[in-house]
Amino acid sequence: MLQNAFRGGRGYWALLGGWAILIALGTVAYGHQLTQGLTITGMSRDVSWGLYISQFTFLVGVAASAVMVVLPYYLHNYKAFGRMVILGEFLAVSAVLMCMLFVFVDMGQPARVMNVLLHPSPHSVMFWDFMVLTGYLALNLVIGSVTIEAERKEAPPPRWVRPLIYLSIPWAVSIHTVTAFLYAGLAARPFWMTAILAPRFLASAFASGPSLLILLALLVRRFGKFDAGREAVRALSTIVTYAMAINLFFVLVEVFTALYSGMPDHVRSFSYLFLGLDGHNALTPWTWVGEALAVACAILLLIPTVRHQERYLALLCGGVIAAIWIEKGMALIVTGFIPSPLEHITEYAPTLPEVAITVGVYAVGGLVLTTLYKIVLTVRERVQLA
Amino acid sequence: MDESRRRFLKSLGSVAMGAGCGLPLLDSARWLARPAAVPAAPTQWAMVIDLAKCSREDVQRACTEACRREHNVPSIPDPAEHIDWIWSEHYEHVFPDEVHAHMAEDVRQIPVLVLCNHCTDPPCVKVCPTQATWKRESDGIVMMDMHRCIGCRYCMAACPYGSRSFNWRDPRPYVERDAQGKPASDYPTRTAGVVEKCTFCAERIRTGRQPACVEAANQLPGGEGALTFGDVTDPDSDVSRLLRDENTICRKIGLGTGPNVYYIVPPSLAAIAHGGEA
Amino acid sequence: MRDRTGIVLGLGAVLAVAAFPLWNALGSKAERARPNLERAVEGPECVEDTLYMTAHHQDLLNEWRTAVVRTGERYYTSSSGKRYEMSLTGTCMKCHVNSGAFCERCHEYADVTLTCWRCHVAPEGS
Repeated sequence: MLQNAFRGGRGYWALLGGWAILIALGTVAYGHQLTQGLTITGMSRDVSWGLYISQFTFLVGVAASAVMVVLPYYLHNYKAFGRMVILGEFLAVSAVLMCMLFVFVDMGQPARVMNVLLHPSPHSVMFWDFMVLTGYLALNLVIGSVTIEAERKEAPPPRWVRPLIYLSIPWAVSIHTVTAFLYAGLAARPFWMTAILAPRFLASAFASGPSLLILLALLVRRFGKFDAGREAVRALSTIVTYAMAINLFFVLVEVFTALYSGMPDHVRSFSYLFLGLDGHNALTPWTWVGEALAVACAILLLIPTVRHQERYLALLCGGVIAAIWIEKGMALIVTGFIPSPLEHITEYAPTLPEVAITVGVYAVGGLVLTTLYKIVLTVRERVQLA
Repeated sequence: MDESRRRFLKSLGSVAMGAGCGLPLLDSARWLARPAAVPAAPTQWAMVIDLAKCSREDVQRACTEACRREHNVPSIPDPAEHIDWIWSEHYEHVFPDEVHAHMAEDVRQIPVLVLCNHCTDPPCVKVCPTQATWKRESDGIVMMDMHRCIGCRYCMAACPYGSRSFNWRDPRPYVERDAQGKPASDYPTRTAGVVEKCTFCAERIRTGRQPACVEAANQLPGGEGALTFGDVTDPDSDVSRLLRDENTICRKIGLGTGPNVYYIVPPSLAAIAHGGEA
Repeated sequence: MRDRTGIVLGLGAVLAVAAFPLWNALGSKAERARPNLERAVEGPECVEDTLYMTAHHQDLLNEWRTAVVRTGERYYTSSSGKRYEMSLTGTCMKCHVNSGAFCERCHEYADVTLTCWRCHVAPEGS
């Protein structure tokens, strides 16, 4: 099975080479971080989580979104997703791996990571996040490899994988809910402490994840001669549309609660995002661009004639991913720390080494995804030839 | 590869992974089976801060310096990477719920000493994934285990009082040293990548001494009683007496954390503005 | 076998890498006779006997750390019945006053990295 990943043309090896270069750069930067400490990042005493944790938050959503293909196909026999499912599952593997790497590079003492297992702390949501992410990674790896191997043998997958697939459905929901609970249970951070955080996370996940999956499906159709099916892409686009609409509704609901109540604790964070606070407005351009993009994409996606044209769909999916990346990957985490518990405002911007490490982690995900997708493509090719 | 060989290698891999995951979990099983801890004498250390006396510049300096020297707390020049165990903030930031629009500017800016509150229900303890910070059953101190901290900084996100600092870099070069290059005390300096905060001078308490800040304030002329430290579960202790007799407030009491640092409010805040005493 | 050359070369490389600790230490400083440790300055005996301490001093220190930091205890009763304050800097290093001449020498010989002094304050003269 794995030997399929070693058989490829120039384009494939060039892509892997590109990932490898980015990984090397990220590794060098991480080496600096290990020797000098996290001072090389832009984080501070007030904003103690930054780019790494925000990427982790965004990618958990992408990982969870695999359920949007698994559920219709396995639970409701939606046959159109037949070839899309494996792409979704392997995307989930790559995404979860990146999540875990982002948490790892964020740690001040990464060599002690086993302490989480040696000293289990069920009262800590982070302990549970560690458990469910590891479990989800294992689940999707097993399910994905077993199903692709079954396809290679041109036989139905073994019966024991079915309960695992059913398990992966609530598990996917749980990984993003637990991640939301990391933030939503903290009385210290009024911007995060809202019951709607978990539903918001899920809605944005089900918009951004399938968007990425659509783009990947279009890419492998164009470059890998693997067609996941036009109906599958169309169905995914419907999911993205509804998820995006619901996500926007949730954002409006939050804005209403904060602004109508007028409570300073709640208003201040939204002020910081949209208007700036006490002259600090590093995030306002990002916020306005992100929200404008989100609204525009949501409206355009609602128009069937636009959504059904794959060329426009691809652009809109890119827009959805960008909008939600800004919302989750930039705005959410940093704004939770502004203002600080002592009402100070310290802004945050990632440093170059921090970005290099981030790009390196994304490249690891890219490498894993490319390799796994190559296996899928090669297996399909051989089955078709046979 | 031959089918049976592949199956063998796969099962070898699964066994190795199982053992690798299983062995640490065995330790977890031991943890679950541990005997219930029985505290020798349920103590809860607490501190009462007299706002009036502690607004004095000499008291503030004495307390913060004593702590810094006692624990080799580094002085990092970059304010974004400050490490503070006990330090000074303006009244309006410490007690935002006590401040209204018609309070004078100088009252709002009365300097107040802030530190870890060693809460009764600490959110930082709740979130720590390794119990590197936990509430000690013997004395109620919210303690730090520098050996176990993985530097995830979840506790910093969870603390509603901003009491925690992270070592973004190696603190050693920033620790105050004497002319011979010796650090101010024998207390272990920390390493990059761990979180630290006030520990109510646990190492002094166990030898029967008062925390460094309390001792420093009491040694100042006129500073006696600026900081009072004691067992709040003992009805005859100084802190219990003060809590009964004086008008005291806590920080962010509405969050339900149960802070154990109390502030005596003077009859007139305006009188102590400008760093004077009531 | 077609792949004989490749297999032999590969096996050779793996063996060379596996034996790295052996051939790397050849001729290095540590490859001498057992180091001469500068022992204690004062005090007739250590907390426990030498043989035990050589093998188990790290276990003892870990035990002390857990007792002091996590449980809030103060004293340790040795197997000879004597009571000691559980403190690396305050007890151990009061007798073993030079961590370089004592700890470092043996650790260099045994090639075990010492990380204690990154945080703990080494006694004067180390």
